Parts: sequence; C-alpha cells; structure tokens
Amino acid sequence: MDQLKGLVSENAYTILNEVEEKRASLIAALQELQVRYRYLPEAAMRQVAARLRIPVAQVYHVATFYSAFSLKPKGKHIINVCLGTACHVKGASLIMDRFKRDLGVEQDETTRDGQFTLQGVRCVGCCSIAPAVMIDEETHAHVRQDKVPEIIKKYRPSSPVTPVRHPPEPSPSSQTSGKPGK
Amino acid sequence: MSHADWEGQAKFTIDGREVVGYKGETILEVARREGFDIPTLCYHEALEPYAACRLCLVEVTTGRRTKLVTSCIYEVAPDIEVKTSTERVIRNRKAVLELLLARAPDASLIQKLAREYGIEKSRYPLVLNDKCILCGLCVRACHEIIGASAIGFIDRGTERHVGPPIERLSERCIGCGTCVYICPTAAITLKDVSKPMPGVHKHPYDYEAPDCSICGEMNLESESKVGEK
Ligand code: SF4
Ligand code: FES
Ligand code: FES
Repeated sequence: MDQLKGLVSENAYTILNEVEEKRASLIAALQELQVRYRYLPEAAMRQVAARLRIPVAQVYHVATFYSAFSLKPKGKHIINVCLGTACHVKGASLIMDRFKRDLGVEQDETTRDGQFTLQGVRCVGCCSIAPAVMIDEETHAHVRQDKVPEIIKKYRPSSPVTPVRHPPEPSPSSQTSGKPGK
Repeated sequence: MSHADWEGQAKFTIDGREVVGYKGETILEVARREGFDIPTLCYHEALEPYAACRLCLVEVTTGRRTKLVTSCIYEVAPDIEVKTSTERVIRNRKAVLELLLARAPDASLIQKLAREYGIEKSRYPLVLNDKCILCGLCVRACHEIIGASAIGFIDRGTERHVGPPIERLSERCIGCGTCVYICPTAAITLKDVSKPMPGVHKHPYDYEAPDCSICGEMNLESESKVGEK
C-alpha cells in the first residue's frame, strides 16, 4: 500500500486505507455472526462482503477455512469429547460412542432439537483428568460411560423434552436455487 | 528478509556471477532477467507473488547464515550470495515435486517437471486425484486483473479447492476464461467456464450456453489444453 502514496490523491489514499482497515475486521464480523446465529447464514456472509467491500469469494474462503465458523447451524451447547492421546488411552472413543448413541447423532452433527452439537477435539489441555469432555466452557473430568446420560440431562431444558421441530433441512436442490445438479 | 538500509542498486551474486538488482526486486525477477533458470508454478509476472508452490526455492547466504528461501518473494539486498541449484536446493525441489505428483499425477506439466528432476513415481500415496495444484493463479488473476473475484479458495487441508462462493454459480463470473488461460495444469477447462456460464469448476447451470458463432461448437475442452504450458 505504501507505493500508492503520492500516486493517488490524499483523499483516495485515506479511503483505500480505510478499506484495508475494514478488511481486517472480517474475522471479527464473522465471529459475531457465528455467536449470534450459531452458524453463518449465506445472507449474512453476503452482507458482510458488501459492508466491508470485499468479494463474497473471500468471505467464503475465510468462513470455510476456520473451524470456528460453521455453515450449518450448531447446537445451543457444544459437546467437545477429547480424543487426544491421554484421553484416547483412557477410552475416549467409548465415551464418544455413548454420546453418539444417547444423542442419536454422529460426530459433528447437531441433534434435531438444536440443543447439542457433538464434536471431537485433540487434547483440551487437561490430560490429568482424562478422559475429559468439554461442554461449552465447562470441563467434565474422568467421564465414564455411565455418567454420560447424567451429563446430558444437566444441559437439557428442565421441562420434559419436547423436541423442537426444526424446519426440514433445505434440500440440496433448493440450495442451488433450483438449478439441476449434474 | 533483508530490509537493510540501502537505496538504489544492490550488487550481489547468483551462482557466483555478479548481478545487479534494484530495491524491491525479488531474487526471481533478477535471476530471470539475467537468464538463470528457476522453476516456478505459482508465479506470474502480472500478479502479486504468492509463494505457494515452493518450487522456486534457492539458497541464500547473508553474512554467515545460509538458508532456503522462496525466490519469488525474497527481496534482493547487497552482497547476498544466491545459489540456484545446490544439492540442498535440488533435494528440496524434488520433495516438492513428489508431493505435487501425489496430488496431481495427471497434470502433464507436473509430470514433465518431475521427469526433469528424475522422479518417475511419487513415494507418497495418492490422496486425491485432482489436476489442481492450488497455486492460486486463477483466483488471483480473477481478483487482481479481472476484478471479478468470482472464485476463491474453499475449505482447507486436503479438502481445499477452488470454486465460486457458496459452491454455486457466481453471478460475478463474466466468463472471460482468464482462469482457464492462466491455469498451469489445465485443471479448469473452457467448458467449466463457458458451458455453465457464469461459473467455474463443475457447477450446475440451468440454461444452454450459445454455440460459437464461428465454429458452431461448444465443447471447447480440447482447445483449452492448448493453454497447457
Ligand atoms: S485451478 Fe489451476 S490456476 Fe487455479 S489454483 Fe488450481 S492449478 Fe492453480
Ligand atoms: S488428551 Fe484429552 S485433555 Fe489432553
Ligand atoms: S513460484 Fe515461488 S513459491 Fe511458487
């Protein structure tokens, strides 16, 4: 950007600078949206692009690069089952299996009621309490398979669970705005 | 990088020969001007250097330190010693080519380069068979030269690929074919761009592209291979 100095008028330079600055806020903007919606809706990504005056392609690039961003709605609670070395040795895969079974989802999926997203992570930094499970900001130590239902219950809404019916996932064809696939 | 205090010209050596470079120039620029052969894949004179392919590696000695650098972004400085084909350079370029070959075994340019470096087969398992080597030339040309920014990188790691945002026809693609032209491995074909116009890389479309008014043909895929350098 420095070479531009002198080439363009002071005014234009300030504008360019500003755009540079705004570009830098892309990740912050996406983080905000991720927190607000628990995913990045397409419309929101397009808006960010328009506001920051950067191509949608670049927004999508960043949105798909970082695992902190998700293009599918995430659950209200994020369950991170540690699958790191220490936890693995202590049977983390069994814990993961139990969560899968009890929640009725596979890894990286979200329950139908939108309450939980089940994920695996590599070491959450507390190997001494392996196997560890992190739910949102909370760490659960020495998790045993038979403790899993109890843990899940803690995070479910207190009233008997009447699963919120989610609108059906948009089918791939409607996502490509009705264009026939190849 | 050597951003020492100096202005104007820098005298330094490439493979022992004295050459002159100017402030802000990269080793690659000077080397090419002086007729040294350094292979590149992600470099193009018309675009900002990107240093993605690592093929342009050279050895640079500054003071007592010798290190491997990517010549396409390393700026020249007085008294550096550049070596373009030491044992270490060749060994590392070979490693890069082997990795590229494991990714894009069908790309003829990669095959050719590998052969030049005496590689017949990659030691690495074939992870995915994609002609695209992720050099970013298409993405950068579309952004920097055309100004359309119709395509970009998507995902990361082994999933990383080039495509229009939201994996759908990009309304910004003007079907200019620059990405086809610049792609060193013919990973994008004219068919990708013109048939499902506007869009690149195997994306669905819902209307017929008109046939060429001169040749009457639409399947331009074979022609696009001409761009295979
Ligand atoms: S499609 Fe071609 S130009 Fe684009 S990143 Fe892949 S190899 Fe490079
Ligand atoms: S391996 Fe699970 S916390 Fe370290
Ligand atoms: S040409 Fe320098 S890294 Fe690709």
